[in-house]
Amino acid sequence: MSKRIEINDLDIYYGAFKAVEGVSIDIEPRAVTAFIGPSGCGKSTVLRSLNRMHEVIAGAYVDGEVLLDGANLYGPGVDPVNVRRQIGMVFQRPNPFPTMTIRENVLAGVLLNNRRMSRSDQDDLVERSLRGANLWNEVKDRLGVPGSGLSGGQQQRLCIARAIAVSPDVLLMDEPCSALDPISTLAIEDLIEELKTEYTIVIVTHNMQQASRVSDKTAFFNIAGTGKPGKLIEFDETAKIFSNPSVQSTEDYVSGRFG
Amino acid sequence: MTTTIAPSRTAQNPLTAGQLPPWAPWGLLGVSLLIGAAIAGLIAGASGSDFSVVIVGLVGFVLYLVSVTVVSQLIEGGRKAADRLVTGLVVGAFLLALIPLISLIVTVVVNGAARFDLQFFTWTMRNIVGEGGGVLHAIVGTVLVTLWAAIISVPVGIFTAIYLVEYGRGALAKAITFFVDVMTGIPSIVAGLFAYALFALFAGEGVRSGLGGAVALSLLMIPTVVRSTEEMLKLVPNDLREASLALGVPKWLTIAKVVLPTALAGIVTGVTLAIARVIGETAPLLIIAGFTTNMNYNVFDGRMMTLPVFAYNQYISPGVQEQAYFDRAWSAALVLILIVMILNIGARVIAHFFAPKSGR
Repeated sequence: MSKRIEINDLDIYYGAFKAVEGVSIDIEPRAVTAFIGPSGCGKSTVLRSLNRMHEVIAGAYVDGEVLLDGANLYGPGVDPVNVRRQIGMVFQRPNPFPTMTIRENVLAGVLLNNRRMSRSDQDDLVERSLRGANLWNEVKDRLGVPGSGLSGGQQQRLCIARAIAVSPDVLLMDEPCSALDPISTLAIEDLIEELKTEYTIVIVTHNMQQASRVSDKTAFFNIAGTGKPGKLIEFDETAKIFSNPSVQSTEDYVSGRFG
Repeated sequence: MTTTIAPSRTAQNPLTAGQLPPWAPWGLLGVSLLIGAAIAGLIAGASGSDFSVVIVGLVGFVLYLVSVTVVSQLIEGGRKAADRLVTGLVVGAFLLALIPLISLIVTVVVNGAARFDLQFFTWTMRNIVGEGGGVLHAIVGTVLVTLWAAIISVPVGIFTAIYLVEYGRGALAKAITFFVDVMTGIPSIVAGLFAYALFALFAGEGVRSGLGGAVALSLLMIPTVVRSTEEMLKLVPNDLREASLALGVPKWLTIAKVVLPTALAGIVTGVTLAIARVIGETAPLLIIAGFTTNMNYNVFDGRMMTLPVFAYNQYISPGVQEQAYFDRAWSAALVLILIVMILNIGARVIAHFFAPKSGR
């Protein structure tokens, strides 16, 4: 169920602008990898390039390769739709579909793709996914109400349930807790801890405590100045990044002496 | 033993300012209108003309604006005075805009009520000279022509808007946007001439058909549908598109099953308003759909009467019993207004039921 991602010398461009330069990371399966760094350093861009979501912006392209268990996501003839079916994503702001109920939101990956599924299989999938996202007990009695009626933290867990319902190999999370309160954040972090036994998880976060709490490995990105491309500064075990980093700027950033 | 003296409650609160009592503006308005009435009466008496309500309103309004501003300036200060002045101006403009609307509705209802009977809705004008007759053929014609106009322009308009919002990049999208803007300004008579020229190519000179009318109306309708649908699609948050794409849903399914349902309420409202906009068109239908006294259910062949053309025709060529023709024209206008009103109410009801539920 979970796969390894290798990023080899990846450059990402938005039109003529080079947003990220020379990133090489090995992302382990069944582990949490955190991307940290200042705003605008390209960590979200790198994350979105892992399931080709950055291509939604016109003019975006990459140079280099991203291998999912050896298969190049950017090889010739690769359909981004197939890539996204294997690499799910959770976004910064909770975005349940407003026209759908909680149940339909969880089933969105099935319903929107016009796949047929029996009623009982659907019920199983809804329960399994919502239990997986620690949301089942809170919503099991109101699966028929619109998903937008839930609280922010519940909506974000609903989005996680929606992402894992299509059984991806990898789960990408783009600052999943930045819009949430500490209690909801704790619930999501516990969930990440559980999910990593089954999925490869990559998380972008601005919260360094969060990175040190949930991740096994951490990548630190930085940018030399506005208009310059973001670069990977250091990638290592999380414990090492936060206690004894080998690059000075990493130490400055994680200890709060940056800038 | 010490006693603490509570600070005096009666001390001046530094946050207060002078205030006009709530009835003051109304009192000033009443006095202003009385003075206006007096002036109007004096003018009427001096010149021997009729008592003019317009003068009462005009003089009263100006006096009210001046007096309320001055009084408010003295008691409440400059900011409140400006507020009262602008409030007066805005309300005045609103009332001014209401006058033609109310006057139009009252006139049409009063004049149209004369023939607003059962026969009017069940008879055509076949073999009718003078009194009697009805507009059933015109109602059927209007409904059919507008329905076909909608059948032509709604798919074209919505697909164009989808292209512009979801796919269009570069020169082609810019060109389409430009030409849609140009189409918005096409005079309706030109649309009618275009439809006539188009159908004359196939069916020869002198062609008349309901479908031709529908084509002419759809020319006027398409830009409205494109514009309103485009605005509605742009309102759909990008988050939803990304959420769907990230689930491995292809782009066309994302548009069909996420973007369109989310914007559906607005699109339906826009389409209905576009229909309401073209249903009253007269000029193009006069040219291409023509007029007839007979029922015609076939849009593909033959002349077809419509309500606006019926009203025009009754008014412009009355027979010996003029009043019967004028009454029918007014009633036809009333029926048309009612149809447009029903469409608008329908759009609101549909928008209400299709709008995404908040669930709270």
